[in-house]
Amino acid sequence: MDRQGNTYTFLYASVMVIVVAALLAFVSESLKDQQNKNVEVAKKIDILKSVNIASSASDAEALYEKHIGANAFVVNLKGDKVDGDAFTVDMAKELKKGADRAYPMYICKLDDGTSKYIIPVRGKGLWGPIWGYVSLNEDKNTVFGATFGHKGETPGLGAEIEKEPFQTPFVGKQIFDESGNFTSIKVVKAGLSKGDIHAVDGISGGTITSQGVRAMLEDCLKGYENYLKN
Amino acid sequence: MSSEKEPLFSAKNLKLITTPLGAQNPITIQVLGICSALAVTAKLEPAIVMGISVTFVTVFSNLVISLLRNTIPSRIRIIVQLVVVAALVIIVDQVLKAFAYEVSKQLSVFVGLIITNCIIMGRLEAFALGNKPWPSVLDGVGNGAGYGLILIIVAFFRELFGSGTLTLPGLGTLQIVPESWYIANGGFYSNNGFMILPPMALIVVGIYIWVQRSRNKDLIES
Repeated sequence: MDRQGNTYTFLYASVMVIVVAALLAFVSESLKDQQNKNVEVAKKIDILKSVNIASSASDAEALYEKHIGANAFVVNLKGDKVDGDAFTVDMAKELKKGADRAYPMYICKLDDGTSKYIIPVRGKGLWGPIWGYVSLNEDKNTVFGATFGHKGETPGLGAEIEKEPFQTPFVGKQIFDESGNFTSIKVVKAGLSKGDIHAVDGISGGTITSQGVRAMLEDCLKGYENYLKN
Repeated sequence: MSSEKEPLFSAKNLKLITTPLGAQNPITIQVLGICSALAVTAKLEPAIVMGISVTFVTVFSNLVISLLRNTIPSRIRIIVQLVVVAALVIIVDQVLKAFAYEVSKQLSVFVGLIITNCIIMGRLEAFALGNKPWPSVLDGVGNGAGYGLILIIVAFFRELFGSGTLTLPGLGTLQIVPESWYIANGGFYSNNGFMILPPMALIVVGIYIWVQRSRNKDLIES
């Protein structure tokens, strides 16, 4: 056959595309289980990090089972438990739903016998989604720990939200004021949070990401108000 | 296969591996693939994984294209090369996601961007299309290793001076600069935060090129 002719060229391209597509489909299918498991383990590491339990890919599952296990459930806006598995709730989809959103909740029993309430949060940064986990003490008001992650915030600026200097100040802050009104935790201009029990310092140069964290906390924590007050 | 009398590792074939490490290095001499060299060299581990990934892609894309070189219609040869490279890159990405999840998160989009790495298309066009499979494989090994070598050298200096640590696959993060040296612990030392930012990768590569050219006068343009 003429190797420079149209028929040959079209045939060549078609066969090549089919062969490559079949190969890639096979690779993707055979690795899928392992990949999904990695995503799950990464999520467990994040959840445990919010209660200051450091874990790695090898021990995250065992630690999660030990401290949280079946103590994960879904609540609704009224604060009642509803059907559903907290771990598989897709936060990105829930955020678009409005009032009938599912609110996942994890209760973690620490080695010292206390229980911590872990709330997943998700919102928008400057370039893409940001997310995290906030854990509350047994008074359901004081923050015990917080951890945040992001898809693609600017390194050195917005991306600092995933580092300790930003996350540590959340410890000890409160999300309700003395008369029980929901205040959330504000992220304010760096240096202005001194003495404010409801605010932490934002990141200089990462203002939009900092404001994204503030909006994320307000939006996601507010839905738990009824549950936390019961 | 007329030249099968030629030994597999003849002097000519070995040269295909060694010249890209030095005198024909894809990054420092041909200045290809700079973009990813800047992005993934803040820590040693992603740099090593990136070097291995690129080597895998250069070797197998060179092999496949060389095997097909007499059948590829010349009008769509770039498309054929792209499909082969893209397929290999997707396989690398999927394997990393399954077996090296943490590293694959750090490399993020840069694994996908191997597709656009100039080294790979450059070697396919310049070498694999006109040479037999075995020399093409060696050429792929050489150029992938030449790329990886620079990445590892740059990442070594950036991580050592930027974070005071070295992160090796399987060993985790090793603290190289003693903790007691740091100002926070009453010492005199502080990490150079500038080393972690991308511009410093360019400067480290520049210093490497300077050293390389001053040692090898043949590389200096008149």
